[in-house]
Amino acid sequence: MTTHMTQPMIRVSHLSKNFTLHNQGGTVLPVMRGADLTVNPGECVGLIGASGAGKSTLMRMIWGNYLAASGSIMVGDLDVVQAEPRQIIALRRATLGYVSQFLRVVPRVPTLDVVAEPLLVLGTPVIEARARAADLLARLNIPERLWSLSPTTFSGGEQQRVNIARGFAHPYPALLLDEPTASLDAANRAVVLSLIHEAKARGAAILGIFHDEGARAQVCDRFVDVGSFTPKADGAAA
Amino acid sequence: MTLMHPLPVAADSPLLAVRDLTKRYGSRIGCADVSFDLWPGEVLGIVGESGSGKSTLLSCLAGHLRPDEGEVIFATAQGPRDVLQMAEAERRRLARSDWAFVHQNPRDGLRMGVTAGGNVGERLMAVGARHYGDIRARATDWLGRVEIAAERIDDRPSAFSGGMQQRLQIARNLVTGPRLVFMDEPTGGLDVSVQARLLDLLRGLVREMGLSAIIVTHDLAVVRLLADRLMVMKSGRVVEQGLTDQVLDDPQHAYTQLLVSSVLQV
Amino acid sequence: MTDRAYNFAYLDEQTKRMIRRAILKGVAVPGYQVPFASREMPMPYGWGTGGVQVTAACLTPEDRLKVIDQGADDTTNAVSIRKFFQRTADIATTEATSEATLIQTRHRIPEQALTEDQILVYQVPIPEPLRFLEPRETETRKMHELEEYGLMHVKLYEDIARHGHIATAYAYPVKVEGRYVMDPSPIPKFDNPKLSDSPALQLFGAGREQRIYALPPYTHVVSLDFEDHPFEASKAPHDCDLCGASDSYLDEVITDDRGSRMYVCSDTDHCRSRRAAGFTGRLGTPLATEAAE
Repeated sequence: MTTHMTQPMIRVSHLSKNFTLHNQGGTVLPVMRGADLTVNPGECVGLIGASGAGKSTLMRMIWGNYLAASGSIMVGDLDVVQAEPRQIIALRRATLGYVSQFLRVVPRVPTLDVVAEPLLVLGTPVIEARARAADLLARLNIPERLWSLSPTTFSGGEQQRVNIARGFAHPYPALLLDEPTASLDAANRAVVLSLIHEAKARGAAILGIFHDEGARAQVCDRFVDVGSFTPKADGAAA
Repeated sequence: MTLMHPLPVAADSPLLAVRDLTKRYGSRIGCADVSFDLWPGEVLGIVGESGSGKSTLLSCLAGHLRPDEGEVIFATAQGPRDVLQMAEAERRRLARSDWAFVHQNPRDGLRMGVTAGGNVGERLMAVGARHYGDIRARATDWLGRVEIAAERIDDRPSAFSGGMQQRLQIARNLVTGPRLVFMDEPTGGLDVSVQARLLDLLRGLVREMGLSAIIVTHDLAVVRLLADRLMVMKSGRVVEQGLTDQVLDDPQHAYTQLLVSSVLQV
Repeated sequence: MTDRAYNFAYLDEQTKRMIRRAILKGVAVPGYQVPFASREMPMPYGWGTGGVQVTAACLTPEDRLKVIDQGADDTTNAVSIRKFFQRTADIATTEATSEATLIQTRHRIPEQALTEDQILVYQVPIPEPLRFLEPRETETRKMHELEEYGLMHVKLYEDIARHGHIATAYAYPVKVEGRYVMDPSPIPKFDNPKLSDSPALQLFGAGREQRIYALPPYTHVVSLDFEDHPFEASKAPHDCDLCGASDSYLDEVITDDRGSRMYVCSDTDHCRSRRAAGFTGRLGTPLATEAAE
């Protein structure tokens, strides 16, 4: 994949989203109207907007755990809005990576295997997958003595780095990053930024939320203001 | 037999296709109009409160209960077949080769008077294994895979802890390399730490063996970690189904919203 | 001798007919357990009520009956059943295997090969070979119906796991004509090979459990085993101390309180005929000498 390819890897069109709160009198909350954006291979696009503007909501809709009310979300040649669950599962396995702010793992599984798992589900041999995992953990300064322990007992910063290692284990063509540098010290922040640069260099399309302005400036090629998709009181897009 | 939904056996066809499955207990509904496809390698979670029909549904799927209406089409080696139309001999053959059933209570799924090795070996012998040394070697291997020490092979399950019994039940079920596993509250009744170990084990086995599984549970944390897809049942009907994290993070149905918000943390 | 208050061979004709129908069905489906309406007999369960009913249904006035209990003609059970039929059927009896037309047995098959003119009736305590591991009758019936016999090998597996070899020494399960798994009654496994391809008709009666099953003449019977633990028809590694036979099933007899013992043929008729023919074992004397003393 090359950076001058014109076909976007991620293309969001006319996307809208409501929350219906059935247990609070069926209140319908429109949270997004007419969202449009594209991310090309080798490009990193930053989502900006005030807290609550819907940056994480948009990201979750692309990931597929939030349903859209209308519109389309093309990741590669799959429309996540219309896709069957198994198509989304396949997409998440091979194509779309996601580094969330929370590490959710089966307790007791060693950190090394947590990081290697995305490779194992793709059929990578265990030795190779573990080697890749070890390489990432080392780069992210997780001491080797912790690798055989479950990350559930780690500090917030350590968990975040394990999460990043897991997200970068497989070279996904598309990546969603939800505040990957939050709660990291300067050294580890630099490692994460270099991982993002490397991913861009190999052609990954990256959509990120970065509160850290310095990090944002270093890796993002463009910005999209999610505030412009926030519905006004009449429900129309801004 | 005419199939209403002919399913060619190809890499890209469902392993199990359920159509309009209904089971009534007199005038009461056990489960009604349940339809779904299960694809190879997929884990489907079925959640709902007690009495929601999830166990009835599982029993109907696994052939323990006869549904009143519907089809359960399984991709057998000879092509897709409606399990409900099969002769009992054939269905039972399927149940001990291609299928497996993990009971909530290991006592229901194990022979308590038979050694661990005999319990694991039974399914092998049932499908024709007649070499003691081979049977024992495979039983030993499987005990290892479910983290039971090889020297316990000649102990009876009554001497095992609850978690070990459950792991033994899993070994006994998976030794013949089934393609579809039914699990009824597999982690119910176990301590939290034992549950975690079992979940990890199940996840690894599902991945390594390419198993498809249907897991009935009321524990949303369990399905979050194990299931690719989720079906939510209420009063015998499926009220919502979709990707597990989508159903849990963005529930659409009032009942699912209530269910998710009632849990402390999932 | 005959007590004319009884119908020939004790049972009424309708009952015999019912039992014969069960026997015929058993013959038609070798190894299949046919349910029958077992009658109360004037003896307790466990004393051969099933065998006695089968014998009663098969006897004709011309028959010559032999009854053995663990191979012996002179034990209580054998003697009382023989007397029972002498009294109720007025038939001839014998202790010689070759002279008998019908032999009722508890726990043995005679050493001497049987012929097409003979019927062997077994007394059976528990006819269901799968009962050891599966207590539900509905389930065991289903297992027979669907030929799900993996469980039978679990029993043998457990034997090897526990004892290093198949320790089941009697009531050793067999498969009949490649179809039904059958309990051959508690005969020693030494006798199992004699079940197969026998010229005689073999009938099995379980009174308390109300089951009759059969092996028609020349039925192929295979003892279950593992490839690496093949079936062995074992016996005590001795010769008979009375007749010197090396190929007959032996009983161990303790002869004093210092641990001395002797091994003798369990088949009393076989042993006596050998001694009559002049064979002598370690402790034995020729039969003629004994008679002369």
